[in-house]
Amino acid sequence: MKIVVCLKQVPSRDAFLKVNAASTWIEEADISYEVNEPDVYALEEGLRLKEKLGGEVIVCTLGPARAAQAIKEALAKGADRALHLDDAAFANLDAHGTAKALAAAIRRDNPDLVLTGLQSDDFGYAQTGVIMAEMLNLPHSTIVMEIQAEGEHLKIKRELEGGWFQWIEMPLPAVLTIQSGINKPRYATLKGIMAAKNKPLQKLTAQDLGLDTDALEPRQIISRVYVPQKTAQTEFIEGSPKEIAERLVDKLKNEARVI
Amino acid sequence: MAEEIIVYAEHQDGKLARPAWEAVAAAQRFSAALGANCVGAVVGENVRNLAEELAGAGLSEVLTIESPQLAQYTPDGYSAALRQVVELRHPRFVVFSHTYQVRDFAPKLAASLDRVLIGDSLDYRLEGERIIFVRQVFQGKFSADVEFRGEPPYFVSFQAGAFREDSVQQGVASAKITSVPIDIPPGAVRTRPQEKFREARQAVDLSQAEIIVAVGRGIKKSENMVLARKLAEALGAEVGASRPICDSGWLPMDRQVGSSGQTVAPKLYLALGISGAIQHQVGMKGSRTVVAINKDREAPIFEIATYGIAGDLFEIVPPLIEEIKKAKAG
Repeated sequence: MKIVVCLKQVPSRDAFLKVNAASTWIEEADISYEVNEPDVYALEEGLRLKEKLGGEVIVCTLGPARAAQAIKEALAKGADRALHLDDAAFANLDAHGTAKALAAAIRRDNPDLVLTGLQSDDFGYAQTGVIMAEMLNLPHSTIVMEIQAEGEHLKIKRELEGGWFQWIEMPLPAVLTIQSGINKPRYATLKGIMAAKNKPLQKLTAQDLGLDTDALEPRQIISRVYVPQKTAQTEFIEGSPKEIAERLVDKLKNEARVI
Repeated sequence: MAEEIIVYAEHQDGKLARPAWEAVAAAQRFSAALGANCVGAVVGENVRNLAEELAGAGLSEVLTIESPQLAQYTPDGYSAALRQVVELRHPRFVVFSHTYQVRDFAPKLAASLDRVLIGDSLDYRLEGERIIFVRQVFQGKFSADVEFRGEPPYFVSFQAGAFREDSVQQGVASAKITSVPIDIPPGAVRTRPQEKFREARQAVDLSQAEIIVAVGRGIKKSENMVLARKLAEALGAEVGASRPICDSGWLPMDRQVGSSGQTVAPKLYLALGISGAIQHQVGMKGSRTVVAINKDREAPIFEIATYGIAGDLFEIVPPLIEEIKKAKAG
């Protein structure tokens, strides 16, 4: 099975983020990055399917030069090769533009299965995989918690709200967006890290993919980013840990009357 | 001809559920602000009764979009059907609630018309000619003002609770119901859904718990869960968690609080090291008193906490356990 896994590099969860001077996005200098969490699970799922059914896993990442680190990690974990969509024309795309660029790259490989994480931790569109499926004219399903490949068919378990699930059958090729927790992602081994150095990594520009700036023009733009207005009347309790504990218990007992 | 705003009324198990009314509430306000007609749309098979229910709300018209191929929700079927409705009616906006179903098909529908969806909006505001939608980015750490570019139709979905279902304006008369003929060619629907089910082991019902100690990523290691358990024991509480904790297998999935887990409403909810992304908040914002302990003073959980402690939970929880024991003994 030929599997493409789309993987995004996002600011680390522990990174201290500040809005940039122009209030258009965050200050990107001096922050650490990591692979978007749901994409880590998507990669693991791709690797497991390959181990079971044979074939290859191709990592596809759109992002600036720094995203090469995310690609390296995926190759070290066992992906076979990578596509890195890196071009100034790919900066500031919306989900539609990102999906268009990814679809153009993926189309050339004609895979059996495309996996993405269900949502990015930065923009949080939760749309790229779905738009890509439409552009590639492939069936899709989102928020997937289990995949059973049966010959030319898939049986997938989709998460619904409030603890409900549903099994869905679909033909291959297909696009699936993966929910966190579907599996236990592996760590790269030292052997894997060494092997990654010799795996093919293809850089692709907008021109390589036949995309001009008009095609990538964002249809939704972020005009301002800001710290949300705090509306809640949160009462912060200060002091030493012991003082905080005393004050909090006093409040829970006498103000909120919950203990 | 007044402009039109179409609102998608989602139904679950044969009923118009809360997301449908929240979307109607959003679309009504939005239509009034823009001076547009607000038109409801129900998709499925035999949905006339739902359309009649919807027609009682203050809408100018209700559309039924019916076909045997729409008897069960599929992204192929629903987006093909609604695409034909949009091509026929040329609405300026199509409004949805940001549910799991909408997430599954609305981006596809928009893309099939070469348009985009601004998803998961909290709110909107009008500034002169500009229509600005507010979304969360970085899991709620920041808000973003987002605007459409290019030509309509524009697709937008609102987060659960962004507009309240009880703010739906009822109509003076029932709106006209129009059946929109659509054609879904054989083979267009490629996925075959089966019946919905729940995992058998719902061992714990957190929705009935009076006190919940909930653990998030800030607990750092599986070995540290013992600290949360001790606190829960002192309080006589159940232990819950945000999704990443259950994903890591540190607690079973049935103790997850949030959009994909349980919805809880205890009298006391203690959040330890939980940042409070929206997916978690929707599951616990009905709690009466919320205590949040988190290192990051800017964490979104402090938006809904009654009492906030910006500090290290490993320093604060041990004395807290002692104080609770003392208070209970006294």
